[in-house]
Amino acid sequence: MKWWQIRKRDEDLQRELQSDLELEAEEQRERGLSPEEARRAALRAFGNPTLIREQTHASWSTSWLESFAQDLRYGIRGMFRNPGSTIFAILIVGLGIGGASTVFSVVNALLLRPLPFHDPRQLVWIGNGDCCTAQIEQYVDLRNQNKSFSDLAGWAGDYSAGNEELTGSGESQRITAVAVTGNFFPLLGVNPIIGRSFTAAEAEGIYRAPTALLISNSFWRHHFASDPGIVGRKITLNNQPVTVIGILPASFDFSSIFDPGTPVDVFIPWPLIDQKKPSGNTTKIIGRLKPGVTVQNATAELTTLAQQLNTQHPERNPVHPRLVPLEQYVSGQVRPALIVLMCAVGVVMLIVCANLSHLQLARMSARQKEMAVRAALGASRMRLLRQVLTESITLSLCGAALGLILAIAGTRELAHLTAFNLPLLASIHVDTGTLAFTLSMAVAAGVLFGLAPALQVPAYRLREGLQDAGRESSGGSRHNWFRNSLVISEFALACILLVGAALLIQSFLHVLDVDLGFQPERAATLRIDPSFKMANLQQQNSFLDDALGRVRAIPGVTAAGVADVLPLDGDRSWQITGKGQVYDKNNHPEAYIRVVTDGYFAALGIQLKSGREFTQSDRATTEPVVMVNETFARTLWPGQNAVGQIVTQDGGRRVIGVVADVHHGGPELSGGLEMYIPMRQSNDYPSMRLIVRTALTPDSLAAGIRTALRPIDPNLPVTELQTLQQFVDRQVSPRRFLVMLLTGFAAFALLLASLGIYALISYSVSQRTKEIGIRMALGASASLVQRSVLTRTLQLALAGVVLGTLGSFALSRWMTSLLFGTTPTNPAVFTGVSLLLCAVALIAAYVPARRAARIEPLHALRTE
Amino acid sequence: MAKKEQPRANLLQGTLDMLVLRTLLYGPAHGHEIGKHIQRTTNDFLQMQHGSLYPALHRLEERGWVTAKWEKGPNQNREFKYYRLTEKGRKQLLVEESQWKQMAEAVARVMWPAAEES
Repeated sequence: MKWWQIRKRDEDLQRELQSDLELEAEEQRERGLSPEEARRAALRAFGNPTLIREQTHASWSTSWLESFAQDLRYGIRGMFRNPGSTIFAILIVGLGIGGASTVFSVVNALLLRPLPFHDPRQLVWIGNGDCCTAQIEQYVDLRNQNKSFSDLAGWAGDYSAGNEELTGSGESQRITAVAVTGNFFPLLGVNPIIGRSFTAAEAEGIYRAPTALLISNSFWRHHFASDPGIVGRKITLNNQPVTVIGILPASFDFSSIFDPGTPVDVFIPWPLIDQKKPSGNTTKIIGRLKPGVTVQNATAELTTLAQQLNTQHPERNPVHPRLVPLEQYVSGQVRPALIVLMCAVGVVMLIVCANLSHLQLARMSARQKEMAVRAALGASRMRLLRQVLTESITLSLCGAALGLILAIAGTRELAHLTAFNLPLLASIHVDTGTLAFTLSMAVAAGVLFGLAPALQVPAYRLREGLQDAGRESSGGSRHNWFRNSLVISEFALACILLVGAALLIQSFLHVLDVDLGFQPERAATLRIDPSFKMANLQQQNSFLDDALGRVRAIPGVTAAGVADVLPLDGDRSWQITGKGQVYDKNNHPEAYIRVVTDGYFAALGIQLKSGREFTQSDRATTEPVVMVNETFARTLWPGQNAVGQIVTQDGGRRVIGVVADVHHGGPELSGGLEMYIPMRQSNDYPSMRLIVRTALTPDSLAAGIRTALRPIDPNLPVTELQTLQQFVDRQVSPRRFLVMLLTGFAAFALLLASLGIYALISYSVSQRTKEIGIRMALGASASLVQRSVLTRTLQLALAGVVLGTLGSFALSRWMTSLLFGTTPTNPAVFTGVSLLLCAVALIAAYVPARRAARIEPLHALRTE
Repeated sequence: MAKKEQPRANLLQGTLDMLVLRTLLYGPAHGHEIGKHIQRTTNDFLQMQHGSLYPALHRLEERGWVTAKWEKGPNQNREFKYYRLTEKGRKQLLVEESQWKQMAEAVARVMWPAAEES
């Protein structure tokens, strides 16, 4: 029988009982009784029909549901009776579960859900040594000669936001293109939703003059209004017609997986043969393992293969393959942070439960009499227990509904944080996994905070309970012990969270404090790649002279320079050698290459340490020169003056100056070797970025720069002016994300703990009204009473702090990898947190302590 | 109200089901008839407790051992809820009967060992 048939079935039963009762009455009448007597006799023989009905109900398998519905109705009525505490409970459960579900969505997207590729577990990221890119020739040989992979694919690692110019309808604009090898999409198992992937002929064209391109789904939606007809049409990229051959699926978001924070619009081929590509280590590599091959086996094979290649081709940059499963590569860096966050939400939920447990306990002691009456009327212990649990779970489910709303809002907010340098951020949403998590969280919380009060049920002995509930009788010391331990654990847990948050805030401040080697404030950048082709270096030199001259003339611009890549934005490295030096092939110094003009160092605020900077007169026609950073100078010419030395690049370049090191990989990474080549002497650069330093706000400059440059290139594409601070912000955004969330959780925990101790002290003061009255009648002063209440509070808080400190010590090693410039046992942090918690406890206890001090002894004794 | 001094027994757990099934072997009957039948056959030794009879009937119905239907009585124009034994119920009766037999024999062996030997 189904539960929705209960009503029908009950009617049926009533009718059956009625008809049998009548039959019985008839029989009695036949024996000669009067109708009235017969009816009564029948009832006597029959028993109580209502009772029979209830007993029959119990035989139906749905009876538990009936009683559940009863409990639910009763619970909801109870919630309305106490709207204040109900709203409070729903609110804190909602906040707790909202935070937990949001964090779970992030964890789900980053750690649990498989990457949106075919069989993602077989995909492997192949880095090179400490870094990420390898020379294309090495890639080709590794790909052709290995036996572990079904295929390798790669893409150009040196692309940057807005590296291509799209003209056509309206103003030209800068879009972001990534060059990928022809087999890139087939290897991942990503199929265009419309059109096709690159053919072999298209893949092997000329770099920066592609004949075919694929567009990302978001670019298709935003730029082409989801027009399927775009496939097969030509668009103008860098003044050349290119055919759109396909549209990629929305599930494929290149940037969110491989390069968070730089959305990619189109994909062009990365030809293997064309020699006009930028030279050096440029290619990022991924591979798909053959079935049954482990990462260890593949590593061993590729290492041997690479050694052979390095010996066979001394002219190439050596390759040192470093294999990491792709999923680990994508989420590996954020994994410790996410684990910490997951633990934090767990701790927050425990505090929420402790708080609510306390609240329910208070409500239960108010309902002691009711429970006793019910027990006297025959309700079994199980039945009462189930009722109390139903109530608490109902409460937490209401909270979960609120939490779910918060989680949906929270994840939506997170998914739109494009400036955040976190992988897969855009794919974060509330899915069925999150729903299941939220639901189980709510039920678990309901059971957890309902269990303690529920287990108090048998403690209400009948006689005691039915007596006019004396305040003192509600369980005595056993209850108090339990309440105290709830508050102590709240403080201990809050202490752990606060210590974690404080350590991370401290680290974050340290990171922000790092001297990056350049001054991002008041510096801004803009792409100024000319829309025409430079015929030769002379033309390029005069373009640069002209452009820099005009920009420097803009009021408010204090310095301006041009560079190919910016710190924190892109990398390309070369092996470098000082003249007359010989290095072991496998231990060769590598330097990051920047192609820059005069004014670059002033615009970025990079300090000159010795020698001189590039000037306008370091041109195509003058002596080839180079500038290096301090690490470079120290590595190649230890103990010597680097200025005047020669590096072998381009047939010999003289070092004219040494500048300070720049943290180009981020504040937390040291920079390594850097070499600056004057742009006027080079044509090997992927882009031209203007950098200006200004006395004004950078935003006010964009229009001025565009106007100033229009005369030399009327088609100069419109791009956003980016401030260097944005680059820095993006770099520290994962840390900011962690700090924001953890600080929020810690603040919430602190609030809950203070509410918890407030509730406990208020309760105990009201319990002890009589006792305090007697004490005061015997001569205790108001201040003594107040002090004793505060002392007790402090004892509880301190017990919690001590436990929390021990807990933090135990957990500290989990934090180590997330800290920067501080230790997990930093004494200042621990002292600060302990003082904060004690202060908060005292403030929370102040009101009840005042109340205790104001007790009128006579009044207190009379009311008892 | 004077209590009947007649000896009465409480039914063993589960026995009622068997008695009801056995009663229905004679043909369909409604609750009142079943109760009366058991009471009469045992010379009022087993006083029918309606508080157990109806739950038992509903339990049997839920398990599919009997079916129930509202039908007209033989000589009245009233409708009664008639219970009918199903095929499954018949099998269950055999099972319970044999279990009861084993039980009774086992109890008898303990209680009257001499009778067993002679």
